[in-house]
Amino acid sequence: MELLAFGKTGWGDELFYATLMTIAVSVTAMLVGFIFALIFTPLKLSKYKSLNLIGNFYTTVIRGVPELLVIYLFFFGGSGAIMYVASIFGYFEYIEINAFITGSMAIGIISGAYSTEVFRGAIQSIDKGQFEAAKVLGVSKFAQFYKIILPQMLRLAIPNLSNVWQITLKDTSLISVTGLVEIMRQSYIAAGSTRDPLFFYSFAAVLYLLLTYLSMKLINKLEAKYSRGY
Amino acid sequence: MDLDLMINSIPKLLSATVITLKLLSASLFFGLFVGLLFAILRMNKNIFINKFAYGYSYVFRGTPLLVQIFIIYFGLGQIEYLRSTFLWVILKEPYWCAIIAFTLNTGAYTSEILRSAFQTIKPGIIEAGKSLGISNKIIFYKIQIPIAIRQSLPAYGNEIILMMKGTSLASTVTLMDLTGVAKYIISTTFKPIEVFIVAGGIYLFMTFLIHNLIKYLEKKYSF
Repeated sequence: MELLAFGKTGWGDELFYATLMTIAVSVTAMLVGFIFALIFTPLKLSKYKSLNLIGNFYTTVIRGVPELLVIYLFFFGGSGAIMYVASIFGYFEYIEINAFITGSMAIGIISGAYSTEVFRGAIQSIDKGQFEAAKVLGVSKFAQFYKIILPQMLRLAIPNLSNVWQITLKDTSLISVTGLVEIMRQSYIAAGSTRDPLFFYSFAAVLYLLLTYLSMKLINKLEAKYSRGY
Repeated sequence: MDLDLMINSIPKLLSATVITLKLLSASLFFGLFVGLLFAILRMNKNIFINKFAYGYSYVFRGTPLLVQIFIIYFGLGQIEYLRSTFLWVILKEPYWCAIIAFTLNTGAYTSEILRSAFQTIKPGIIEAGKSLGISNKIIFYKIQIPIAIRQSLPAYGNEIILMMKGTSLASTVTLMDLTGVAKYIISTTFKPIEVFIVAGGIYLFMTFLIHNLIKYLEKKYSF
């Protein structure tokens, strides 16, 4: 238990902050994923074959390639890509992106591919009559999406989005390879300096279980909220 | 784009793919048995056995695969007693540690897939077997298992693809699998995009093959 003490003698506070970092990265990645899903879901559902192709390319590639490989691409290629873009605008200094941004972008793009599939499935399972009825009533396209389609879609999407959240949460452990101090990285540091890997990695497992358990509780509440009236 | 690098890296990456495939097939093979065992335990009426099987699948599905590999590879070596037994011959090898971790992980997911497949079998089929005087054992092996396997094919196909991506974590315990070699080439040449295209292409090709194999099996065993 001394190993988990807060302050200078133990690893309690370090692991606590690492847990907060894991939560921060997961939430950011999930939001980044939503942005990607908002861009790519319409592409996948579009009437135009070429737009479908772009949407399908994104989800197929990201879901078919290991997460670790995507993270390496971002970790090694991220600053290079930013510097290349900056050089077009006439900025030639070295730019280093911070591990938090690289990590949440990489995980966000992965999470976005799964979210896209969830949104696509949810929209497709909404009755066609809903769209037609909205049109007939003269509801604007904007109101149609936000007031009619989105609320119905969310109810269908939440159970699957909770799976995406679990995947995203677990994927953040892979960012530890880039040196961002989240649960996994902190356990690695603690295990190295105390020579007690069994304890610290098991404790990391407990922390992840706690996170998945608590988030499930929260999501169940959300689910109940959006299923009112059914 | 550095085409020379891409072409030169193909043989290296392909030979690393062999390790990826070995890891995948070994863990799927053992994982299927673990999964079947725990699916059967989950359906046991004894509450302790039932809870134990549930706990197993909950823990392995609720924690990242990376933690599981690290506990087995770095953690178990710490137990002095284990180092003196014959198990140490296996546990000191990163290759076997990775396979053990993958097996336990995919076993947990497989047990859930199989359990839900068993539960979707209509009771009428089992009753029909019973009324024909077929013994419980034969009903289980000749009726329930074949139906459950067919039912779980689509979900199991996804699990195979997830596991294939999971084998990339073997590179974190010093194994030079496809991702391990790709990372090595990236970090020596600083050409991440080129290497990503080749390595990612190989992974996508494997995904494509698995996807079609499962589709073929689904069609073949459809009823």
